[in-house]
Amino acid sequence: MADKHIDDISGVETTGHEWDGIRELNNPLPRWWLWTFYATIVWALAYTVVYPAWPMLTSATKGIWGYSSRAELSAELAAAKTAKGDMLQKIAATPVKDILADPQLAKFATAAGAAAFKVNCVQCHGSGAAGGAGYPNLNDDEWLWGGNIEQIHQTISHGIRFQDDAETRTSEMPAFGDILKPDEIKQVAAYVVSLTDKPHNAALVEPGKQLFADNCASCHGQDAKGNREFGAPNLADAIWLKVRGEEQIIAQIRQPKHGVMPAWNARLGDTTVKELAVYIHSLGGGE
Amino acid sequence: MSIAVRHPGAADPFLTYIKVCFRIRCEKAERSYWILAMNLYTAPSTKDRKKTEAEKRPAASPPHEPLYEAQKKIFPKEIKGRFRRFKWLVMLITLGIYYLTPWIRWDRGPFAPDQAVLVDLANRRFYFFMIEIWPQEFFFVAGLLVMAGFGLFLVTSAVGRAWCGYACPQTVWVDLFLAVERFVEGDRNARMKLDASPWSVQKLAKRTVKHAAWLLIAIATGGAWIFYFSDAPSLAFDFVTGHAAFVAYSTVAILTATTYVLGGLMREQVCIYMCPWPRIQGAMLDDNSLVVTYNDWRGELRGKSSKNAAVEERTVGDCVDCNACVAVCPMGIDIRDGQQFECITCALCIDACDNVMDKLGRERGLIAYATLNEYQSNMALATDCGRSSIDPNRVRKSDGSFVDQIRHFDWKILLRLRTLLYMGIWSAVGLALLVALLSRDRLEINVLHDRNPQFVLESDGSIRNGYTVRLLNMIPERRTVFLSLQGLPGAEMKIPEISTDYADRVFAIPLDPDKATPLKVFVTLPKKAIFDPREGFNFVLEDRASGETDVYHANFNTPGASK
Repeated sequence: MADKHIDDISGVETTGHEWDGIRELNNPLPRWWLWTFYATIVWALAYTVVYPAWPMLTSATKGIWGYSSRAELSAELAAAKTAKGDMLQKIAATPVKDILADPQLAKFATAAGAAAFKVNCVQCHGSGAAGGAGYPNLNDDEWLWGGNIEQIHQTISHGIRFQDDAETRTSEMPAFGDILKPDEIKQVAAYVVSLTDKPHNAALVEPGKQLFADNCASCHGQDAKGNREFGAPNLADAIWLKVRGEEQIIAQIRQPKHGVMPAWNARLGDTTVKELAVYIHSLGGGE
Repeated sequence: MSIAVRHPGAADPFLTYIKVCFRIRCEKAERSYWILAMNLYTAPSTKDRKKTEAEKRPAASPPHEPLYEAQKKIFPKEIKGRFRRFKWLVMLITLGIYYLTPWIRWDRGPFAPDQAVLVDLANRRFYFFMIEIWPQEFFFVAGLLVMAGFGLFLVTSAVGRAWCGYACPQTVWVDLFLAVERFVEGDRNARMKLDASPWSVQKLAKRTVKHAAWLLIAIATGGAWIFYFSDAPSLAFDFVTGHAAFVAYSTVAILTATTYVLGGLMREQVCIYMCPWPRIQGAMLDDNSLVVTYNDWRGELRGKSSKNAAVEERTVGDCVDCNACVAVCPMGIDIRDGQQFECITCALCIDACDNVMDKLGRERGLIAYATLNEYQSNMALATDCGRSSIDPNRVRKSDGSFVDQIRHFDWKILLRLRTLLYMGIWSAVGLALLVALLSRDRLEINVLHDRNPQFVLESDGSIRNGYTVRLLNMIPERRTVFLSLQGLPGAEMKIPEISTDYADRVFAIPLDPDKATPLKVFVTLPKKAIFDPREGFNFVLEDRASGETDVYHANFNTPGASK
């Protein structure tokens, strides 16, 4: 700004720029504005002293208040835990069956169980607990090992075919590929299909029924409605856990697949397992 | 850094705009002489004067005027009159409503607060006498705001800036603060003397009393506000004993500060510099809007009374230049300079002038509410259509009364297309709100279908759908309602909160007063009944005692049919 330009009327220096004959006055700043500006600078400097700010070689200054967002988080988590403490203690002290009888406790447990389910269970059972092939749907009314609250609690606690847990539930369907001839397996499969009114080959069903009574009824029952003692599924209902259609039934008889569910008691603790049991029980299929 | 500044000598852009508008309008109508006439007899404003002085100065030695105008001290004189009485009445009513409303009780039974007007933020309810509004009904409040907007348009187009002059909280509180000031320090002359006098014990005492009184009013103002948000008597007790929430104290502190600063210290500065509303209202005025007008066609030339002069030799108008209109103006302007955006049309200058006219035995209305049309017509008469300066003889008969061509205010002008249109819209919105209010539901059902899973296959082949049903009991009474299925033959409901094993098509459900009750509802459709459930079904909620019903159309999803 070599040439200083003074505005004729106000006597104030202009910025030296001109737009279509309009010049901008270069007035001093309003005092209140300037003081506010200085105040923000002081504020900013004080802030760096009070809070962690200046980078050093290995870490940063801690600030005289010793604030850290991690400490704040853990404090908040601790506070939340304390706030929930009463309810958690109550759940720990109450047998799982009695939780259902207390509406307030059941509501809390259901909400807590839903949260725990989303972290631990959705990987296999799905976010809506609807399962998938080989992973049971927890909404429906078919339960391999029983669907009352205590049985659900037992299943979650100790798992299914989970060898690290002594109390785990175990059963294994033999591979009938070694026991029955391929034709006989076809006959059994035709009989199983016929139980649920599906299209089937009537000629195969009659011998299949006899073979079923001889080989399968010990676990699945004479009426093929399963047996929860052995986790033997009901074959006469609409729900199929692992197989769809005759081909897959044949494959399952010949060389059965077995699912494994981990035991959660050791990992999550009994309180969370109780909450999970209450939540699963609330999904609509609980007995 | 730099800040662009308007030259102090430059014309106010707003006034320039108004003048340009007038000129364009008049040229269109080939009546531009009226504008000439108007400008001829408008006293030059201080701003114009400054400009001429500035222009006279040689450019080589620029003047160093301050760039910002300091607040001019205004000492409005007390006045009595019909507009002053009306303003006292409006103040009494508006302040009365503001301060007393929270204390009105209204019995709603044991399950709702008994405060007539209450904004219950914690429970998300708004109570207004017999009306209770839930958050989803907030459109009623929005509708009231729309009505307030159109109401202001209506009032402004009919009677000008009546809001500014009478009902605006700024005006009302400034009026109150001025009354206090007058009570403590005396009227205009006493206050001017006090202000000019050096500090003394007496001056200090008076100032202290005045500001203390202002602060008390300010605290009461802030204090009244919080009572709209909580039970007034218990909050008042808590507030005094120091047990109220922090937000109560901070709100009172902020409102005390704003009331004291805006009403006591800044006064007319708020209207002139801070409030956008005068500008908006100014733009909404038209030729038929009532504005406070100095009728210079009968006032000029100003001068001492010509009462005793011969009628034929009348050389001066009615204005005796007594300055009473200036002395009472709370905005510190001279209404005789013509219409100004500073004027809030409080009409106190009308009272002042009428008093003087009464004393002089002249007709009232030298300063009066008048429309621009009337004014211009009368002005044309007085100036012979702009061909000469104002001649008092043109508007008067030989006996001193006004000639018949003088136009006076005709109330029919209030009923013109524009005001009727605003009135129509305002009434339509009001009517719509009223209908909505009278026909609104106090029992509602909202349904959310489970997202995952969409359906569940049960072991017997039936299909189950899950829903989260919210039942809204919007009255402060307990009641039992019936939730039933309509359509979907064969289907049954299960509501675990009611019973875990009982299934039926109808359930009786107890509802808490004034609450939304969420329920998990499972609807199961037997295998035999599954043919085409895509058309869905209805959840029907009914209160058989009151006959209220609400219906929600829900979908039912099956493996074959999804929507």
